Amino acid sequence: METILVSLTAGLLEAFQPLNLMMIFAGCLAGLFVGCMPGLGSVNGVAILLPITFLVPPTTAIIFLAALYYGAMYGGAISSITLGIPGASTAVATVFDGRPMAQAGKADQALMAAAIASFIGGTVSIILFTLFAPPLAAFALKFGPQEEFALMLLAFATFIGLGGDDIPKTIFSILLGLVLAAVGFDIISGSPRLIFFDMVEFQRGIGFLVLAIGIYGVGEMLWTLESTSGKVQMHNVKISMSRMKANFKQIREYINSTWVGSFLGFFVGTLPAAGATPAALMSYGLSKTFSKDPDSFGKGNVAGVAAPESANNAASTGSMLPMITLGIPGSPTTAILLGGMIIWGLRPGPLLFTESPDFVWGLIGSMYVANAVTVILNIALIPIFIRVLAMPFTLLTPIIFTLCVLGVFATTDRMFDTWIMLIIGVVGYLMRKLNYPVAPAVLAIVLGPLAERSLRQSLISAQGDATTFITRPISLVCICLALALVLFPVVQRIMRKRKKAAESQA
Amino acid sequence: MNTFKLLVASASALALTAPAALAEWQPKKPVEFIIMAGTGGGADQIARLLQGLIQKKDLSPRPFIPINKPGGSGAEALRYMQDKTGDNHTVMMTLNSFYTTPIIQEDLGIDVTEFTPIGLMAMDTFLLWVNTDREDITDLDSFNAAVSEAGKDWKVGGTGSGQEDSVLTAMMEAEFGYDVTYIPFPGGGTVAKNLVGNQIDSTVNNPAEQMEFWRAGNTKPLVQFSAERMAAFPDVPTAKELGVEIEYYMQRSVNGPPDMDPEAVEWYVNLFQELFDSEEWQAFCKSDGLTCETMMKGEDLATFHANQKVAHEKLIEKVGAASITGE
Repeated sequence: METILVSLTAGLLEAFQPLNLMMIFAGCLAGLFVGCMPGLGSVNGVAILLPITFLVPPTTAIIFLAALYYGAMYGGAISSITLGIPGASTAVATVFDGRPMAQAGKADQALMAAAIASFIGGTVSIILFTLFAPPLAAFALKFGPQEEFALMLLAFATFIGLGGDDIPKTIFSILLGLVLAAVGFDIISGSPRLIFFDMVEFQRGIGFLVLAIGIYGVGEMLWTLESTSGKVQMHNVKISMSRMKANFKQIREYINSTWVGSFLGFFVGTLPAAGATPAALMSYGLSKTFSKDPDSFGKGNVAGVAAPESANNAASTGSMLPMITLGIPGSPTTAILLGGMIIWGLRPGPLLFTESPDFVWGLIGSMYVANAVTVILNIALIPIFIRVLAMPFTLLTPIIFTLCVLGVFATTDRMFDTWIMLIIGVVGYLMRKLNYPVAPAVLAIVLGPLAERSLRQSLISAQGDATTFITRPISLVCICLALALVLFPVVQRIMRKRKKAAESQA
Repeated sequence: MNTFKLLVASASALALTAPAALAEWQPKKPVEFIIMAGTGGGADQIARLLQGLIQKKDLSPRPFIPINKPGGSGAEALRYMQDKTGDNHTVMMTLNSFYTTPIIQEDLGIDVTEFTPIGLMAMDTFLLWVNTDREDITDLDSFNAAVSEAGKDWKVGGTGSGQEDSVLTAMMEAEFGYDVTYIPFPGGGTVAKNLVGNQIDSTVNNPAEQMEFWRAGNTKPLVQFSAERMAAFPDVPTAKELGVEIEYYMQRSVNGPPDMDPEAVEWYVNLFQELFDSEEWQAFCKSDGLTCETMMKGEDLATFHANQKVAHEKLIEKVGAASITGE
């Protein structure tokens, strides 16, 4: 414990050097920009800015990149809330409630909640990282394919409650997502499958962002157009100190979701297979299931913004753990960081903590500081962000549409994906119109490939014996939790009905 | 003031393109550096090191962006490159699945001899690894005994059916007469992690993939499949020394899509030659047991690819495609 404190102090002192502090500011700002532009993505951002890091010492370099990564995690929420397009896959769940809040003129509340929840998620996660990195790395090793699959089941279970009352429609939505996720190469044998109309373009599969932008960007836009006939009310929110204070006080409404998201996010992030996107989705699902008022989720509940935002920030810190201790990056962005580390002569692996303590503790120290800087920047910039919403609908819609097309084209560089995105947009609109929940489909697209891979790996290694999932303790616990989660909303519903019946009788 | 200078310097480093070299071809946008394998594996580590060196030494006016496309044992990456025919801003870090995947998956419709060869950066080697917890396994004989006893319950981790490690596993099965269960993972790094966590029983990883775990005492090598003992592993016998006729290497070359412009090819060849000759690359080769004496390029590399393709066709015919895909 004492050694941790000494090392951490050294790390914090390092982060407070003037040059390092400046780089943290620069990194957070750049990250915010990168994160909120759909399609730009933190991968390109980090890659393009990597050369700057060769001009400064390695510790400063990693501080800059970590700040950038952090900033991007916050940035994703900004476009999710103000434009309704997820800037990054990690921010998809933020759209669910962030967008309705913005439409109801509460964008500032949503942004404030996102910033504070992200801050708490990040901080909880760094503290856990500081205290328990080595034992957690050992725990992550216990996660084989069976445990991964059980975790994915758990994630799906959290979403059964998401569809509202119509469980068959929710299941249909999940299945639709699974089918779309299966397009492309078979994960195990490598042969092409579900190639519609024999078009070779489908061999590469349908990207997650293509679907998310289609459903939320284009689909939502069509829906808004129809439901309001273009006469969308503008929300020129006046920001005053008292309103900011009131927003800050709202924290009580979402603090529980934030804690759940923080711990869950960190834990899921440390597993090399998962990452921030499943963490955010799971956190959202859990918050809804255990909320006193689950029906308000998806309609602008502030806890629905806080839950995924705390989880994705916690997970982004968590995903540094497998990178540093195992050399396996938890996300594409950490993969670029890994490249940087190799250049600086550092070999990520089980020995990095003991062989390069200065570097590791400098990084940990900088995460504390970067987190604080980003939350301050974010809250300070809220008045600017919500200006977007003051734009007339006739101006904002074409901009959103352009960003959708541009964002998809920029990520994959092919027109084919843009067409798919537009088709998915129409499908998303039809689903909304026919009252099918779209969130479960999005979840299935993210988790489907992960679940499929781990399921097949488990069955291969157990030679087809499905009991392998319940004979392994961690896997068994996850499966039991998943079952409990599926049954919980059902039981809850029955209880409520009984209560109502009892009330009406009385 | 210093920081200001620094920012100006970095900004100009980003904006400047060498004016003297205007006549030559140069990338006009970021170059996609495709890796036909997952993160943390040998190919991935090498590509990321090269990408970093390019930026550190300021060798390209535009950055190289590494992108992993591990799907279908590299089929995803090969398909991607084929679709990029004639594109001058995409290059790919390849491994032996460059040859094996199109052989095993004929319906992919890829002929790698049509791709544009740029440079052979290194020849990599394979070792047989087990977790150090397996105290009963100390050499190849005790390994074989353990595998024979476990039979199908013996779990070998690899990077995908048709990948080089599955070919090597099939070669071992044919040589020693056992039948193991092969589990594909999305990259050499994940394979190594699962060996450390005892989720699988053995692997045939490249040195770079296991180096840090080996140094930390988590895993141990039993045999190397090269002709001679590598400098990094002086105490590990080669298969040939033990009287087993298995010798297998991994090529690590950079290739472009079919029909790249000759000027662009020349620029890339010069770039990778410079990287190959750099101190950093040579040091990496040495520490990770890679062979990097001269960089093969142009016609020589094209011939090399053609020969390797034929050699792999024969090898797959010998061990049987079914034993590789596990069907």
